[in-house]
Amino acid sequence: MNGRHAPPPRDHDRLIGRLVLAVCASAAFGFALVPLYDTLCRVAGLNGKTFSRGGLVADGGAPLDRVDRSRLVTVEFTGTVMPGLPWEMRPLKNSVELHPGEMQQIAFLVRNTADHAVVGQAVPSVTPGQAAQYFHKIECFCFNQQTLGPGEAREMPLMFIVKPELDGDVRTITLSYAFFQAPSATARKDGRT
Amino acid sequence: MNTATTTANGHAPHGEHHPAGLLRWLTTTNHKDIGTMYLTFALVMFFVGGAMILAVRAELFQPGMQLMQPEFFNQLIGVHALVMIFAALMPAATGFANWQIPLMIGAPDMALPRLNNWGFWLLPPAALLLTMPFVLALFGIGDGAIATGWTFYAPLSVQGGIGVDFAIFAVHILGISSILGSINIIVTIFNMRAPGMTMMKLPLFCWGWLITAFLLIATIPVLAGAVTMLLTDRHFGTHFFTAAGGGDPILFQHLFWFFGHPEVYILLLPVWGLMPHVLATFSRKPVYGYKAQVYGFVAIGILSVVVWAHHFFTAGLPVPALLYFMYSTMSISLPLAVLFFCWIATMWRGAMSFETPMLFATGFIVLFGIAGLTGLVLADVAADAQYHHSYFVVAHFHYALFAGGIMGVMTGVYYWLPKWTGRMYSETLGKWHFWLTVLSFNLTFMPQFFLGLAGMPRRIPDYALQFAEFNAISTVGAFILGISQLLFAWNIVQCVCGRGAPAESRAWEGAEGLEWELSSPPPHHSWEIQPRVK
Ligand code: HEM
Ligand SMILES: [Cu+2]
Repeated sequence: MNGRHAPPPRDHDRLIGRLVLAVCASAAFGFALVPLYDTLCRVAGLNGKTFSRGGLVADGGAPLDRVDRSRLVTVEFTGTVMPGLPWEMRPLKNSVELHPGEMQQIAFLVRNTADHAVVGQAVPSVTPGQAAQYFHKIECFCFNQQTLGPGEAREMPLMFIVKPELDGDVRTITLSYAFFQAPSATARKDGRT
Repeated sequence: MNTATTTANGHAPHGEHHPAGLLRWLTTTNHKDIGTMYLTFALVMFFVGGAMILAVRAELFQPGMQLMQPEFFNQLIGVHALVMIFAALMPAATGFANWQIPLMIGAPDMALPRLNNWGFWLLPPAALLLTMPFVLALFGIGDGAIATGWTFYAPLSVQGGIGVDFAIFAVHILGISSILGSINIIVTIFNMRAPGMTMMKLPLFCWGWLITAFLLIATIPVLAGAVTMLLTDRHFGTHFFTAAGGGDPILFQHLFWFFGHPEVYILLLPVWGLMPHVLATFSRKPVYGYKAQVYGFVAIGILSVVVWAHHFFTAGLPVPALLYFMYSTMSISLPLAVLFFCWIATMWRGAMSFETPMLFATGFIVLFGIAGLTGLVLADVAADAQYHHSYFVVAHFHYALFAGGIMGVMTGVYYWLPKWTGRMYSETLGKWHFWLTVLSFNLTFMPQFFLGLAGMPRRIPDYALQFAEFNAISTVGAFILGISQLLFAWNIVQCVCGRGAPAESRAWEGAEGLEWELSSPPPHHSWEIQPRVK
């Protein structure tokens, strides 16, 4: 086999440089996914995230004009207390039936079992995900952090509307809260998710 | 590059001036030494990971809790998976790359030998980090190893003990090692090929590894980023994944699987690369469909980064996303089918003989086919709603990763062992090893399909009574499977110790390729004069 000598220590640097750049680019892409993902969910109302912040200004028109009396939707409530938070919670009513467009008020009973004051933050989630963008909270205890004194129990109210644009094939919506121990100083004040 | 400079002034004598003993292995930059270290490490960790999961199977032998606490059970399954993926299968593939790529492309060594040495020596500390929490727990420090499964899902991993931190650092180190290895392999393949070896003459094994290396570069940094976010969530008050602070645990699943799905192809592409060499050798025919296979690798590489969400169809994705991820996932089976077709066509009407590597190769095709077909079932959104997180998934990915990955690696080991050691392994033991492995493998995992169909969830230490029989069968199979692997280790050790018939340069009658032009074992420095490829 009449070959030639191995290449002299060839200058691999250009290729290595490009590959290192590629590594940095994929790392950057990974971190860029964080805001991208958030934006995507926000724009498309995905993932059961409810971004609404109360009030019905943007909608125009009083909600009561637009009540869709032709159908009923069941809204179910459930709440979970996450590990680390010494609280108990349960909805006063497990479910309500309503016409889309109708305003409803319900409440959760939340109790602090610890002998000191504790701050909690509730995070809502709506199932099925497609319903999330039509689930509109007007007033919610999840908008702010909640503080309960030692042994204190409180009824925490929630006021909401299911918009009439909701798909006809969604007949049941589940609203679920996870109550977390409030994260320390850096917590977002408005508790938005 | 050392080699290249020494050879510049004439011929370097072979096997000279390297330090002896441990120091040799610590400082070596020789691709063959490093390949040997990777392979040895992989074999050892294969047994470590195997021992862990045998403890799990023992617990699952009967319903009820017999041997361990659920927390410990969870730690074992998570560390088993991390060890098998990152410390056994990936290092084995990298060991192949180190040994074979320079031999196959006619290069004197890898392009970046010193980097190569670091790449290997990062692995043992990482493995230590992964497993150390088990030991620390014995001394009352921490509560054991990572107990989240290998997927690190938040919020569980945000709440977990120090085992999670250890695993995060282990993943960082393993990731750096993989990136170094990938850069080295790409540079070697691009810059060090023998004159005349165009990219379209590159051996398929090298092609498979090339795509793997690019996938590693594209995805490992995303994993590293994800676990870094996890770390800062745990200790520095960020809220990437903690819902209470405005984060989202589902985001973690996206980040993880953006890495995780390509990872399954990272594990398999080197094996798909070596398969055609073995099939062609023992069918005494040229490889069928070289170009089709190259394009297949490329297509799978590209598709693999756009299908990740099929791992969490049930997390509440919107319908359009479900449809997109379903169809894109299913489309991967097209290039995969091309590969299957080429493998079978290579054997078609060949003068086949069934030495151990060929047995493993054909066993691989059949069993890996089952993995692909059950993958299609899981890719169906409606079906997955039923099967997700059940034992059906466990069976599916063991057909993919044990039968596809590990048995593929065994194919390669039996095929190249004569080249590496200069000795023929014992064919009798090899055949015993093969038959015991396939039979006990199926005994272990086939029942798990049925357990999954019947509704048994994965990652639980106890189960309902109706699952008892199949679990007992699976456990018996697992122990036979585990013990059979000792034959494999024994066979290798025999060759390494110089027992067995001496191997010829072309150890297999029908073998083609540059590596077979060299003596068996090849000289410590080979291809200092590069061959010219016609
Ligand atoms: C046609 C080919 C394939 C298809 C369509 C496919 C599809 C899927 C789907 C949809 C899942 C998610 C199931 C669930 O969690 O509910 C899954 C899981 C999995 N697959 Fe595949 N797969 C294929 C091939 C492979 C290959 C080649 C490998 C590995 C080399 C592999 C390894 C895995 C692993 C490790 C998991 C489980 C991950 C975990 O949850 O821990 N699959 N597969
Ligand atoms: Cu996947």
